[in-house]
Amino acid sequence: MALTRFGSKLMLVAGVVAIGTASSVMAQSISDVQKVAKERGLSTQDLIAAAMTYTPTGMKDEYVIMSSGGHSGQVFVIGVPSMRLLKTIAVFTPEPWQGYGYGAGNEILDAGNVQGKENRWGDTHHPALSETNGDYDGEWLFVNDKSNARMAVIDLRDFETKQIVKNPLFINDHGGAFVTPNTDYVFETAQYNVPWGADYAPMSDYKEDFRGAVTMWKFDRKKGRIDVDRSFSIELPPYWQDIADCGKLESDGYFFLNSINTELATGGIGVEGQKNPPFEAGVSMNATDYLHIINWKKAEKVFQAGKTVTIKGMEVIPLQTAIDEGLLHLTPEPRSPHGVDVAPKGDFIVVSGKLDPHTTIYSFAKIKKAIADKTFSGTDEFGVPVLDFDTVVEAQVEVGLGPLHTQFGPDGYAYTSLFLDSAVARWTLGGSYGSLNPEPDWTLVTKTPVHYNIGHLGVAEGDTIDPDGKYLVAYNKWAVDRFIGVGPLLPQNFQLLDISQQGTHMPVIYDMPLGIGEPHYAQIIKADKLNPWWVYPEIGWDPHTQSVDPWAPRPKMERVERKGEREVEVFMTAMRSHFTPEHVTVKQGDTVKWRITNTERAIDATHGFSIPVYNITLSLEPGETATVEFVADRAGTFPFYCTEFCSALHLEMMGYLMVEPRD
Amino acid sequence: MSSFLEKVIGPRVDQSELEKNSLTYGAPGFLLLIARVLLLVSLFVPFWHMELVAPQYPENLHLIAYVTHLAGDVAEIDSLNHYIGMRPLEEAAQIERSIGVYLLIGFVVLLELASWIHSRWTVLLVLPVLLFPAVFLIDLHLWMSYFGQNLDPDAPLSNSIEPFVPPVLGTGMVGQFKTVAMPGLGLILATISSCVILVALFFHWRAYAPLVKAQNAAKKAEEQP
Repeated sequence: MALTRFGSKLMLVAGVVAIGTASSVMAQSISDVQKVAKERGLSTQDLIAAAMTYTPTGMKDEYVIMSSGGHSGQVFVIGVPSMRLLKTIAVFTPEPWQGYGYGAGNEILDAGNVQGKENRWGDTHHPALSETNGDYDGEWLFVNDKSNARMAVIDLRDFETKQIVKNPLFINDHGGAFVTPNTDYVFETAQYNVPWGADYAPMSDYKEDFRGAVTMWKFDRKKGRIDVDRSFSIELPPYWQDIADCGKLESDGYFFLNSINTELATGGIGVEGQKNPPFEAGVSMNATDYLHIINWKKAEKVFQAGKTVTIKGMEVIPLQTAIDEGLLHLTPEPRSPHGVDVAPKGDFIVVSGKLDPHTTIYSFAKIKKAIADKTFSGTDEFGVPVLDFDTVVEAQVEVGLGPLHTQFGPDGYAYTSLFLDSAVARWTLGGSYGSLNPEPDWTLVTKTPVHYNIGHLGVAEGDTIDPDGKYLVAYNKWAVDRFIGVGPLLPQNFQLLDISQQGTHMPVIYDMPLGIGEPHYAQIIKADKLNPWWVYPEIGWDPHTQSVDPWAPRPKMERVERKGEREVEVFMTAMRSHFTPEHVTVKQGDTVKWRITNTERAIDATHGFSIPVYNITLSLEPGETATVEFVADRAGTFPFYCTEFCSALHLEMMGYLMVEPRD
Repeated sequence: MSSFLEKVIGPRVDQSELEKNSLTYGAPGFLLLIARVLLLVSLFVPFWHMELVAPQYPENLHLIAYVTHLAGDVAEIDSLNHYIGMRPLEEAAQIERSIGVYLLIGFVVLLELASWIHSRWTVLLVLPVLLFPAVFLIDLHLWMSYFGQNLDPDAPLSNSIEPFVPPVLGTGMVGQFKTVAMPGLGLILATISSCVILVALFFHWRAYAPLVKAQNAAKKAEEQP
């Protein structure tokens, strides 16, 4: 019957496959659960874990993980407790589904070119959610690229990358991104040191020419961009600066940064005549390395007072100025430290050295007093004052082998990842946190094995002034035997732990394989803090400027306009299920500026747009406008089409680009 | 004053009589005032509402008709309708919507006049107002019939659908969409207004019919020598 046929077609028109929601209403009881559990070999504990994590269709997650994607150059967005991947955000790497880097978004990627060379990948490490008063505000996300020392800004209204800035001073970073409690600055610190700007200098001149540094990128929240002109750096000794954290509340205004290779090792095995130990040994020789304590609010004043030198186009506070102005102090920390994490009230700083089974807890009050009293045990070889270790340490807690990173719960617990033990340790803080849990202060409470080789860990809002606890995610490297084989390149394994109960109960309740590499750090934000758009606010929206593009093509104004002998401008709209105009004819050699607007308002009416041969693919979300420019240097007949299954007549949503040969 | 106009306006009531029987004479006027207020309020609230229910739209599509304009998911409904060759909704009832405000203000004026007239002509004045809710629905039905039965034969899915007319109130089916049409607050207010007018007419008749009768009797007596 005609009407039924129409029905089945229109069903697809809206682009969603309707899944029957009428579940069979059968009398079910707990015995059915037991039957299934028996068949699948599930224990009671498994069933509880399933009940805590299973998220039926339509139910929304409580938290969202913002995870770095390592050398995929992306960021992953994952729901908790369902542990479902919700989105990948292309950052340093082109991504065709999002239409990033294939005609649109190229200017953002180009801004990340390094010494004029395209580097179309990145090694994202530490995402940082923007904060207001030390708590996530859900507006912006920053992430660094370790491989080329770049910083990216992601707008959480549309979950898209808006800016990439290249650090002009160093070529490699690790300690980034970290934000100040009100996101005034985003920190990025050098890791593998090079001479300024990665210029050439022989390794024999390491101490003289190689430089460490921290860059304070000024974030302009109104513009949603890093303001490079109001950003500056502080020169540091050529240690390998590592992970960092910003002070908050009590320690607001300070920045804590640890380092390895205070040995100034230059490695060099496998080179004839070279007697140096390999880096892995040379960098681990000293019993202690240095925690850097930087007064960034004071540094900002020094920068504003103009006490800087311009290096590679960036204002830099020289090391000597930093020393003279009292911006920089060091204090010893257990050898080869990795994580430094500031406790929720800003009063304690927890450092973990991967080669020391303890976490070392520094008291900010003691640090402040030692700086004021100048209780120095001496200076390092560059003249930086070193605070006496015993004067500033509050406690040391033996947590296990290979402690790396620490986050916090709401009940006076700290959680530290143990790489060598492949476990998560729960231990107690002292001081004013001591009364929040029954266990004695500064003691290990329990350890839960994780699978395997945990790097970072994340607790819900666990690095803010107001941690939520409840869930902990172990960001494990290599799943080893956890999943069926998919070839030698193994998935990583994000494991969800239930930390809602105090004491020794801290079970793993879910495994999430991640077949994309390779997550490092991640932050976990309460889902209701995120308030993204469902469609762009207005038709003709340019996501790059987050405003309406005055040139955006609009309905009834579609046209192909010849602007000159070799210049053509296309004004096109996309609407289910047609492009207007459907024929675009240009001459070979024309520069074509192709503007296209998706004029839809429905939340599932995204259209793709792709042109073969010319390597163009765009994603046009409802309301979005994009402009792509190319030289039509190949004559021929090129069908362009919508790449998203937008409607029942999606296949018909196409047109022809005709490039006439020039004679 | 011509005698015809006098007849239309009807007998006036003495001040003393008015004070004596203020309820009798005040009631029709007061009720017509309520009817006017109801009509004025209805101008600002939806008159009619259609919900389109389909699996792809978890929150349904909504079409809302005011006396003056259309609201809701008009663009989305239009974009779906283009597949079956239906005209854009904005093309419907353009005249009605453009005069809607004046029409309702006109109704208010008519009711105002009606309360000053003490003859059977009152009925004629309030009649358009009385019938307005029904006329609104009939007009809506005619437009929906016209739109549903005049589909563009060149539309993408034109040969997959037969002409249709969704019910103006209640539920129907168009393709996979269930249509649920219901009156809006405005239409309800207008209907209440009509009911109030009916009651007002009753009180009007009770108050002034004896006076008209008396007047006519007096006139007759005057004419007869």
